Amino acid sequence: MAMPAVTPVPDAIARRRVPADAAMLAWGLALALLLLIAAGFSVGSEGWSFDWAGDARLIEQIRAPRTIGAALGGALLGLAGAIAQGLFRNPLADPYLLGSAAGAGLGVTLVLAAAGLLGTAAGASIGAAAATMGLRVGLVGAAFAGALAGVALTLLLARGAGRPMVLLLAGVVVGVMLGALSDLLISFSPQALRGRQLFLLGTTAFLGWPNVLVMVLVLGLVLPLSVALSRALDALVLGEAGAISLGVDLGRVRLLLVALMALATGAAVAQAGLVAFVGLVAPHLVRRWAVVAHAGLLALASLAGAVLLLAADVAARSLIAPQELPVGVLTAVIGGAVLLWLLWRRTEAET
Amino acid sequence: MSGAVLSGQSLSVRRGERLAVRDVSLAFEAGQWAAIVGPNGAGKSSLLSVLAGLRAPDSGIVTLMGRPIADWPSRERGQRIAWLSQDGAADAELAVRDVVRLGRLPHLGLFGAPRRADEAAVDDALRETECDGLAARRLSALSGGERQRVLLARALAVRSRVLLLDEPTSHLDAPHQVQLARSLRAQAQGGVAVASVLHDLTLALMADRLVVMDEGRIVANGRPADAALRRTLAAVFDEAFTIEAIGAARWAVVPRM
Repeated sequence: MAMPAVTPVPDAIARRRVPADAAMLAWGLALALLLLIAAGFSVGSEGWSFDWAGDARLIEQIRAPRTIGAALGGALLGLAGAIAQGLFRNPLADPYLLGSAAGAGLGVTLVLAAAGLLGTAAGASIGAAAATMGLRVGLVGAAFAGALAGVALTLLLARGAGRPMVLLLAGVVVGVMLGALSDLLISFSPQALRGRQLFLLGTTAFLGWPNVLVMVLVLGLVLPLSVALSRALDALVLGEAGAISLGVDLGRVRLLLVALMALATGAAVAQAGLVAFVGLVAPHLVRRWAVVAHAGLLALASLAGAVLLLAADVAARSLIAPQELPVGVLTAVIGGAVLLWLLWRRTEAET
Repeated sequence: MSGAVLSGQSLSVRRGERLAVRDVSLAFEAGQWAAIVGPNGAGKSSLLSVLAGLRAPDSGIVTLMGRPIADWPSRERGQRIAWLSQDGAADAELAVRDVVRLGRLPHLGLFGAPRRADEAAVDDALRETECDGLAARRLSALSGGERQRVLLARALAVRSRVLLLDEPTSHLDAPHQVQLARSLRAQAQGGVAVASVLHDLTLALMADRLVVMDEGRIVANGRPADAALRRTLAAVFDEAFTIEAIGAARWAVVPRM
């Protein structure tokens, strides 16, 4: 008879503890993000400078959009990664799975090759590519359209989002096919190779205010919508049949989530190229620190993604200044290390 | 007052090349606990998933509360039938309480905020399954038995008219198997139509009704007290055991060594 008196205690602790972890992580990430933004405003090709008033023009025109853009791109990738991992119930899923990466790559290669054929010098060097604004806009648009088209093609081949395994396989097939097409194009117009390689590595160097605007709009659309649908991702934890038994209209919800994921990935990839590992690692970082349902996971993974990519961007700018490292190389190194560390921690905990 | 809450007429289910369920008809009544038993591959799980409305039968019709199950909007169906799967969500990183709260999803929909009644249903289900101490833990951090109890709590939290459970005793230790059988009986006494696929025949013989399946067909369907039914049960399992009476309406299954 002592039981009823005792049971409310662990329950009360339970209710308090779960959000506490998440709140602490949210504050920690927000603080890190603010510090990194300050760092992003202060570092350039001539090293560190904290004279923000003196550097106002430089900050406004170059550093601010680049810094904020890197954070937004990271947020989009972290969000897309969290959606992908929930949707496919696979912790190794990443936002590039469904043909978006290869589609964006093909789009970029097409524009670069076309520019080369038209006799523009732009395809030849990074500087020139950045200089011609028209080409920049064309590249971003082509990458975005290519990413969405890649996912659409994957959905078409898999005949919808109904069977996750078929969908993943279709994504692999589309990746290989579109990659081969890109290679074919390159073999006809080799001058596009360098621009394409830059895109494949990922770069935050050319982010301007228009890029920031696009990413703000997409994040403002995808984050609330995916959080609204997040209970379907929670339900998927019980398996597909489990989710269906709970009355979830899985067919429609899954298609919507794939579309949102494609939109977020496409927007990020179009502005910053194929930045590696951020989408894969951000959700893992969150899960390592907090026990959260998908609503919290999606929001926190966005924040973690922003911190990761911005940290890589600041490092890319400062490590070998005045030279600059491709940011994708850094995210691959940092992200890879973080992932390994998480896996090791996990195996240790299990053995 | 009584009558079938959930019934199937002439159900057949194809699984790949073969017919997993062949022309099966049966009905579950409110206030009754039915145990479905049979050798591996007898079609128990396929039958259960069709009855739960998770997939359509290849022929035949399932009726929930007088209406074809396909005509029910999926959320309303989900409020009335709770289904517990055979395979647990072993790698789920959600907190136990969030998992159990999923049982309220058919009532809330994707966008509704949980109300006090929903949290109360979650609390009751956690208590019923002795999971209240686990509420803040991650599902993936639990033992197999604990996880199975949490998933049962998830099904109970629906507070449905029908409870369909596919091998709910897998991973459970002996005391918790008994605890589970008591829960199922209590649910039935509360007016729920309970049907569970069970491997443990001694436990199954405690049910109000026994449905014996073999090769996709129902070969016996009745009360455990029926001697002919118990003979069929032993025959279906190749006489690998005998069923011994151990008191009034109590039986034990003893392996033949």
